[in-house]
Amino acid sequence: MLRFFIRRLVVALLVAATVMTLAFIMTRLSGDLATSIAGPSATQEDIEAVRKAYGLDRPVITQFFDWVGRATMGDLGDSFFFKRRVTELIGERMPVTLTLGLTGLVIALVISLPLGILAAVKENTALDRAVQIVALLGQAMPSFWLGLLLMIVFGLKLGWLPISGTDSWESFIMPGVVLAFSAVPALTRLTRAGMIQAMGSDYIRTARAKGLSRASILLKHALRNAAIPVVAIAAVQLGFMLGGSIVIEQVFALHGVGFLGWESIAKNDFPVVQAVVLVLAVIYVGLTMLADMLNAVLDPRLRGA
Amino acid sequence: MKRGWKNIATWVGAAIVGVAAFAALFAPLLVPHDPFLQDLGKRLLVPFWMEGSDPQHLLGTDQLGRDYLARLIYGCRISMMIGVTVTIVSGAIGITMGVLGGFLGGRVDDVVLFAITTRLSLPVVLVALAVVGLLGSSMTILMITLGLLLWERFAVVARSTTMQVRNLDFVAAAWCAGCSRWRILAGEVLPNIASHLVVVATLEIALAILLEAALSFLGLGVPPPLPSWGLMIAEAKDYMFFSPWVIMIPGVCLFVLVLGINLLGDGLRDAFGARTDP
Repeated sequence: MLRFFIRRLVVALLVAATVMTLAFIMTRLSGDLATSIAGPSATQEDIEAVRKAYGLDRPVITQFFDWVGRATMGDLGDSFFFKRRVTELIGERMPVTLTLGLTGLVIALVISLPLGILAAVKENTALDRAVQIVALLGQAMPSFWLGLLLMIVFGLKLGWLPISGTDSWESFIMPGVVLAFSAVPALTRLTRAGMIQAMGSDYIRTARAKGLSRASILLKHALRNAAIPVVAIAAVQLGFMLGGSIVIEQVFALHGVGFLGWESIAKNDFPVVQAVVLVLAVIYVGLTMLADMLNAVLDPRLRGA
Repeated sequence: MKRGWKNIATWVGAAIVGVAAFAALFAPLLVPHDPFLQDLGKRLLVPFWMEGSDPQHLLGTDQLGRDYLARLIYGCRISMMIGVTVTIVSGAIGITMGVLGGFLGGRVDDVVLFAITTRLSLPVVLVALAVVGLLGSSMTILMITLGLLLWERFAVVARSTTMQVRNLDFVAAAWCAGCSRWRILAGEVLPNIASHLVVVATLEIALAILLEAALSFLGLGVPPPLPSWGLMIAEAKDYMFFSPWVIMIPGVCLFVLVLGINLLGDGLRDAFGARTDP
C-alpha cells in the first residue's frame, strides 16, 4: 500500500512540474509581453522600462528557472496590476471559490445519490427512465445560461435570493445549484450503475437469504459498495468544479479565484494567470490523489494494487 | 418497451442534429435578413408570440436592431463548425495517442497515460481563456485551442479499446500471417474500435459547442460581430431583466442542440454496444 502511495505521489509531482512548464509557455505565447503590458499608447522607452522592471529583458530560460525555483518554494511572484503578492491575492480569493465548490458538491450529492439509488431500485421502470432523462437534460444545460435563468426567476421575479455578491450564505445557493448541475449527470449515472451491480452480487443474495430487511440490504450493504466509486469521482468532480467555477463566478460576480483569473487575463497580468492555472491544477492533482487513497481505504480489495 | 423509448429518443436526437446541420450548411439561403445589418430604429423588437411584434422579424431583433432569427441561424453554423472542427483536431490527437499507447504498451503507454493525467489536471476554461486572451480571439485560434485541449476522452477510450482488441485472435492471426505493425493497426485495430470512437466524437462535439458558448459568453471566444449563441447571450444580458426572451431564444437553441447531439450519441452507443466511460 505504501508503494502505491509513493508511486502516486511521484506522478503527482511530475504532473505539477509539467503544468508549471505549460503555464509558463502559455503566458509567453503572445510574443512580447512588455508591449502588451505597457498598453497601446506606450512609447518605446515605456516598453523598455516595463521590460526592465519585470525582468523580461533576461533570457527566457533564466526567467523560466526563476519562476520554477520560486514557485516550488511557494513564491508565485507579484501581480502587475494589483501590485501585490500573487499568493496573497489567491489566498484572499480562495475561500469564495472553495465555498462555492463545496456547496456545489454537497448539492450535487444530495440530488444524485437518491436519484441514482431510486433509478437502480426501480430499474427499467418509468421512474428509472425519468431519472435518466433528468441526467441528460442536466448534461445539455449551458451553466452560464442556467445561472441567468435562475437570476431572472429567483432573483428578480420571486425576489428570494440575491443575484450577485458574497454578502451572505444565501449568495452561494444559486451559484452552488448551477455548479452542481455539471456534476449531477455523472454522479447519478455512477450511483445507479454501482447500485445495480451491487444488487446483483453474491453478498446481497446472502443478505437476502439471511432475511434482512429491504432497507437494511439497500443502505447497509449495497450502498456501501456502490458508494466507493462515487466518493472517488466526487473528489475528482470537486476538482473539475473548482476549475470550472470561473464561468459561474463571472455570472454571479463572485470574486473568487476563477474571477481573479478572468480579470487577470483581460489585464495581461500574466504572473497571476500562470499562478491561478498552477494552483487549480495542483488542487486537482491533490484531490485525485486523495480519491485514490480514499478508494484504497474504503475498499480493502484495492489495497493490493 | 425500453427499446421503444430509446429508439424514439435516438430519432429525436437525429432529427435535431439533422435540422441543425441543414441550417448550418444552408444558412445564407435560409436567413430572411442580413445577420450583421444594424437598424437602430428597430432595436429589441419582440418575437412573434408577443404583443407588438413585427412580422418582418419573426424572432424580433437584438439591441442593435439586427434580425434575431438570422443571427440564430448563423450562430448554428458557428456552433456546428466549431463542434466538428474541434472534434476532428482533438480526435486526431487523442486517437493517435490512445491507439499507440494501448497497442505498443510499455514506455509509450506510460507517456500517454501521463499526458492524459496532466491534461485532466489543467482547468480547461481558464487555459482556453488565457490562450485566446493572449493570442487574440478568432475562430481559428479558438478551434485550435479547444482541439488541443479536448483530446483526453478520445485517448482514454482509444487506449482501453485498443488494449482489448490487441489480444484477440484475429490480431494474432494477422501477426502470424506476417502483417506489419502498421498494417495491423490500420487494418485490424482501428476498424474494430471505430464504433466506440464515433460515440466519443458525438459527445465531444456537444462538449466543444458548450465550451465555445461559455468562452464567447465570457468575451474571449468568437469575436463580435459574429453571432455565436454564447456571445448573443452575453450581449443580451443587460436587457434580460426587462425582456427575458433575448437570452431565452439563443439559450434554448444551445440547450436543444446539445441535447440532440447527446441523445444521438447515447443511441449510437446502445446500437454499437459501445462503452465510453473512462
